Amino acid sequence: MLAACGSDEGSGRPTLNWYNFPDDSGALQKAADRCSQASGGRYRISYNKLPRAADGQRQQLVRRLAAEDDSLDILGLDVTWAAEFAEARWIREWTGPAKRKAVEGTLRVPLQTSTWKGKLYAVPYNTNTQLLWYRKDLVPTPPRTWAEMLDMAGALARQGKPHFVEIQGAQYEGLTVWFNTLINSAGGSILNASATEPSLGPPAVRAAGIMRDLAKSPAADPSLSNQMEDQNRLAMESGTAAFELNYPFVYPSMKANNPELFKNFRWAPYPRVDANRPARPTIGGIDLAVSAYSRHPDLAFEAALCLRNRENQLTAALEGGLPPTLRALYDEPAFMKEYPFSAQVLAALESASVRPITPVYQNVSIAVSHTLSPPSAIKPESSVNTIREQIDDALRSEGVIP
Amino acid sequence: MSTRAQPAATPPPPEAETEQAGPDRAALSAGARQERRLGWLLCAPAVVVMIAVTAYPIGYAVYLSLQRYDLRFPGQAKFVGLSNYGSVLSSPFWWDAFWVTLFITAVSVTIELVLGMGLALVMHRTIFWRGVVRTSVLIPYGIVTVVAAFSWQYAWTPELGYLAALLPSGEAPLTEQWPALWLIILAEVWKTTPFMALLLLAGLALVPEETLKAAMVDGATAWQRFTKVMLPLMKPAILVALLFRTLDAFRIFDNIYILTAGAQGTGSLSILGYDNLFTSLNLGIGSAISVLIFICVGIIAFAFVKLFGTAAPGAEVKR
Repeated sequence: MLAACGSDEGSGRPTLNWYNFPDDSGALQKAADRCSQASGGRYRISYNKLPRAADGQRQQLVRRLAAEDDSLDILGLDVTWAAEFAEARWIREWTGPAKRKAVEGTLRVPLQTSTWKGKLYAVPYNTNTQLLWYRKDLVPTPPRTWAEMLDMAGALARQGKPHFVEIQGAQYEGLTVWFNTLINSAGGSILNASATEPSLGPPAVRAAGIMRDLAKSPAADPSLSNQMEDQNRLAMESGTAAFELNYPFVYPSMKANNPELFKNFRWAPYPRVDANRPARPTIGGIDLAVSAYSRHPDLAFEAALCLRNRENQLTAALEGGLPPTLRALYDEPAFMKEYPFSAQVLAALESASVRPITPVYQNVSIAVSHTLSPPSAIKPESSVNTIREQIDDALRSEGVIP
Repeated sequence: MSTRAQPAATPPPPEAETEQAGPDRAALSAGARQERRLGWLLCAPAVVVMIAVTAYPIGYAVYLSLQRYDLRFPGQAKFVGLSNYGSVLSSPFWWDAFWVTLFITAVSVTIELVLGMGLALVMHRTIFWRGVVRTSVLIPYGIVTVVAAFSWQYAWTPELGYLAALLPSGEAPLTEQWPALWLIILAEVWKTTPFMALLLLAGLALVPEETLKAAMVDGATAWQRFTKVMLPLMKPAILVALLFRTLDAFRIFDNIYILTAGAQGTGSLSILGYDNLFTSLNLGIGSAISVLIFICVGIIAFAFVKLFGTAAPGAEVKR
């Protein structure tokens, strides 16, 4: 299903094909229409929807870029892909005025995701991070650390009240995100600063230990090892859980699906590993890049900047629920009204961590999630050693991935 | 770079027209030589096309499998000899997938043979509605595998599917290894039993009615007639059916891809190859996996033809 490639090349108005995740809110289509209008007839942006699952999105982009397909112009990349696409020479570096505009007013941590080897390869479009969601009727004061949270859950279990801690324990990207958050909160990281070899070490053993402790405690949901974000949301809405670590999309959903529970639905910063060190939740989100094979690169840079300008990011935040990457929007009254937890999200973003920035991120993530699944079977020391060996292989392109 | 190896069905060399090593070649008359040349000329276009569409990709996959070639590091491609094969064969993921594939192949082909034989006998003996029966039996085989796989997937998903509703609540069979493996086998069996039945039906036509009648006159029971008369006469057809299905089942991909995507230890070798090629973009390792699958398929075909005496497709059936 190719989009109309340059259907109006003849009339001298190039079409820029923007490929991004499928958005049902209409915010992205609106942005594309606005920017086409604003260009004064110099270009038209056509918004093309990629598959729903992240793996499917990446596969389509990779397949077409490897074949040097010139009908892709602006690419919506998951924050973990920019390094890979840059190293493969599929996306263009941002320089000069375009780079200046991309960096201006943009949050620091999202910019890290679009930077590879000191150069900027994409512009942050939206971001996302997890908060701790809890039930005020069960938990008068939210826990500050993981240890406190497990104690509270244990106490609730002894009283026969809902007590599960809902978190993403299935064997997929979400499990890697959980591990990455814990290891960074414990003061470590998965790879070293230059992304040339695994770092791991004692913080990794602590992180794996916390995951195993949760899985073996009464706080664990029986289906922990199959749960993704949406199963967590449903469990919380059904009233079996007291805590939930999840993205802000759970808030409007709770409001719509269980108004009774919603009255007691509160949020707090992500729990710490050490009481004296802030938690460093992992960020998600989308970066916009320009394809190396685009026939109109200059227009594509300009259009990408327009798609993520203040007005369009605000629309995406209000209609699509996507937290913006422009710092100023967090003081915008309309956004603060729609997002009562905007201050906490901003605080989380300021201290957030990123997933390992490396071209072989896919293999690193598979090594982590495959080794740590199911969480109840983790043996901290040996699991971390296995992860180290597999990452070593991946960095040398020698390993087989499961 | 398809991970699907070609069925190793090589046409017999033209010299082997029959087993009789008749007059030697020098004694061939000029006319016969002309005929032979004409034969070759007539074959040539097909041979060229076969080389272009099968030999070239297979050769290219072999070439890639000897390189360190990762799409993400285009500047670092280099020749590494057999080290990719070493990595694959020493990886537990390869062996896990290998045993899973072997298990699915053995179990599904066995079940298909039994069911297919039953269906073939029914179709063979049907007097009324023969056309309708044969057509309706074939429907599952006519449905696109991926489409059928999606309907199985929805059917087994809790809160969506009618089959999941029959299970105790909270059961998600596709998320556990053994239930998922059996459901994959079920989907395979449902889809390909008709194909097996059709091949066996053709085999049943080889059994002359008189022989069966003679056996009856001699007092053979129905079971004895089936095992002592029908099966031996049908052996060539049964072996060909088994060969085709085994080769197909060994490369199973689509059902697994849709039902579990290979999670929870349900991945076959083809899934492993796909993931290494398309997710980790490692053309070297992925091609090595493809070539190894091709070799496995070759070994299976060889075993059938040489050890069980399956007639190679295209060869004379000796009776």
